[in-house]
Amino acid sequence: MNLFSAINNALYTALDTDPRSYVFGEDVGFGGVFRCTVGLRDKFGRSRVFNTPLCEQGIVGFGIGLASMGNRAVAEIQFADYIYPAFDQIVNEAAKYRYRSGNMFNTGGLTIRAPYGAVGHGGHYHSQSPEAFFCHVPGIKVVIPRSPSQAKGLLLASIRDPNPVVFFEPKLLYRMAVEEVSEDDYTLPLSSAEVMREGSDITLVGWGAQLTIMEQACTEAAKDGISCELIDLRTLIPWDQELVEASVNKTGRLLVSHEAPVTGGFGAEIAAYITERCFLRLEAPIVRVCGLDTPFPLVFEPFYLPTKNKILDAIKAAVQF
Amino acid sequence: MFLNSWLWRSRHLSRSPLLLLRSRSIFLASSCTTELLASQNASEHQHSRKLPSTVPRIRPWWNVSWSSGYRNPSMEAEKKVASGEDSYGNESKQASSTEFLDFPGGKVSYINELQFLSESSPVRVPCFQLLDEYGQVAEHACLPEVDKLLAVKMYRNMVLLQTMDTLFYEAQRQGQFAFYLTTIGEEAINIASAAALSNDDIVYAQYREPGVLLWRGFSLNEFANQCFTNNLDYGKGRQMPVHYGSSKLNYPTVSSPIATQLPHAVGAAYALKMENNPACTVTFFGDGASSEGDFHAAMNFAAVLEVPVLFICRNNGFAISTPTAEQFKSDGVVAKGQAYGMRSIRVDGNDTLAMYATIKAARVMAISESRPILIEALTYRVGHHSTSDDSAKYRKQDEMQHWKMIRDPVFRFRRWLEGQRWWDPEADKQLRSESRKEVLAAIRSAGPLKKPSLSSLFTDVYDSVPSNLKHQEEEVRATVSRHWSDYPSDVPL
Repeated sequence: MNLFSAINNALYTALDTDPRSYVFGEDVGFGGVFRCTVGLRDKFGRSRVFNTPLCEQGIVGFGIGLASMGNRAVAEIQFADYIYPAFDQIVNEAAKYRYRSGNMFNTGGLTIRAPYGAVGHGGHYHSQSPEAFFCHVPGIKVVIPRSPSQAKGLLLASIRDPNPVVFFEPKLLYRMAVEEVSEDDYTLPLSSAEVMREGSDITLVGWGAQLTIMEQACTEAAKDGISCELIDLRTLIPWDQELVEASVNKTGRLLVSHEAPVTGGFGAEIAAYITERCFLRLEAPIVRVCGLDTPFPLVFEPFYLPTKNKILDAIKAAVQF
Repeated sequence: MFLNSWLWRSRHLSRSPLLLLRSRSIFLASSCTTELLASQNASEHQHSRKLPSTVPRIRPWWNVSWSSGYRNPSMEAEKKVASGEDSYGNESKQASSTEFLDFPGGKVSYINELQFLSESSPVRVPCFQLLDEYGQVAEHACLPEVDKLLAVKMYRNMVLLQTMDTLFYEAQRQGQFAFYLTTIGEEAINIASAAALSNDDIVYAQYREPGVLLWRGFSLNEFANQCFTNNLDYGKGRQMPVHYGSSKLNYPTVSSPIATQLPHAVGAAYALKMENNPACTVTFFGDGASSEGDFHAAMNFAAVLEVPVLFICRNNGFAISTPTAEQFKSDGVVAKGQAYGMRSIRVDGNDTLAMYATIKAARVMAISESRPILIEALTYRVGHHSTSDDSAKYRKQDEMQHWKMIRDPVFRFRRWLEGQRWWDPEADKQLRSESRKEVLAAIRSAGPLKKPSLSSLFTDVYDSVPSNLKHQEEEVRATVSRHWSDYPSDVPL
């Protein structure tokens, strides 16, 4: 099963197991521009799977109202690049709904799905990784899966989590990533990172599609005798600080990599936290291999991206520091 | 240049079928007569429709109808265009001799003259009123069914709201709490709307509608607890004063950003519709909010998704200091309804009976036909925007005084009540004295209470406290123990 099919399967399961669940967004009715909702309207009807007007703040605001009535509202934002009109609804409304009402009301049933990241030809507005903006917002969770089976389990967990979740899907992997995905109804835990590859010389932390690149770098590094531990953070807030801290205490080195611009990216938060916690254990400066501080470019995409060899160079530099 | 002069010379401008549709569609049936109010534009038109003699002259007051009750305007229009009728059933000469464009949403007729739609109707949308400024029932007006019990209850609530506003405002000025914001001048919108709704209807308020909560039974102590943000505040001391909420009373907690609650009302209305729940959602907002993107989002979603929601705009003339002339160019907010495919009405927001009749009728339509309704209530913000504002800097005292004295909705309703012999000056004196005592008692009891405990800082961010927040709580407590004098003594640790 590829990643879009796994998402589709998760949405199917969510709709099938809870009659009070809804899937909606721009072009969702016919299956969505990435085919994630294909077949759902036919199966569950037009009142539970439906198109909305082209208006992101409306989609999220509507979802907040629907979720606040005790429903599971799964809202699709067609591209993460277009989520900004909904920023106020996410930051000032969804995230604070429970807190500001003293827990009288909540919008925990809301999940906002959005495809994110580079695809090779997306330019400014079909490539962005805006996760860091949302990681600055107490009250929401930010979840990013790396593969089809992870996507299904994490999406179902997000939909059923009693807190609003922003769920970014690596659109590069929609068709590219294929693996066995169980047809069963299963969830994976939120706020729980996963060690994808154990190692002893350096810890690498990433999420989403970037893990594929990082994994290649780990394999290359191994040829040079460098043992890398690779961690998929999976949930960015609230994030699994303990697991990352334990890994760095073991390896003594940390590299964080993401496609989003390096300045103010979530890698900075991880670096700062680990510096506070593991200062005496660190054997090299924490290194970030990330996107450049430019708008996401088109023809310059290969220069912009944190590619395998950039990561490999950084691994070697850290180990030889 | 050529186009402009040609356009303005066109003598046929008002005969455009499109203009005909526009003008016809502002027909309104008044509450108990079937006399149609048409725009000047329509009445001058050769196809202006006189009222058929077979239409009964009297209808129940609540049986407000639109000139056409169809559910899917575009499909209906398509059929009528195909049959040579305009949207109101009239034979259309233009239609019968013109070709049509098959277009998604319905057939569109062609015309061969270059014509632009006018930027506005030549006549402003009229304002529905039942009681004039002296509390006299307007000629031909048919009043809603309001018996003495209901009328007196509405009046008592209006006076209590007014008293609460006056005394809470004073308490804030004395420094007893941080902020306040009154509804003075808008008591009728608050109370009459609430009275016309069911308590099952979910109210997504802005911050100038505490009267709805008051009507539903939120006690003066509950208001005071929130304003003092003490340990009985349901919001646990997290929001500024006047940010009320009550799950028991179907009133989601107010937030400060403008218009953000509007799309929530639409989503919640969709939930009611899916549950076949015979209730609606109601959202209140001001004239300034109509400029926000969330207003557009909510109006459009509500119309397209056909959900039972009442959009009640309190057009009180000002968004803080910005007058409506600098807020929008349209004929107020009511004119926007039609562009979204939504029924709308303009009502005198200082006329308690007109407000009550409007909301009652709108609610019936919204629920029975599963549709949104836009209500623009014309009123005036008699108070300052808030305790952080001095409105004398941007508006004239005599204008304020005129609205405060001559157009006071509470006094207007009182005169009607007295005319009914349901109220008298002695009862009024007693009510005001009692209200004052009750409000002062609430202030006295809420003021001395402790603030919510420190743990409330960390709970409810998520459904359970995550580890980073647990850690931060420990750090804060450690800091407080070292530097206790830096921290307020009335927050229990």
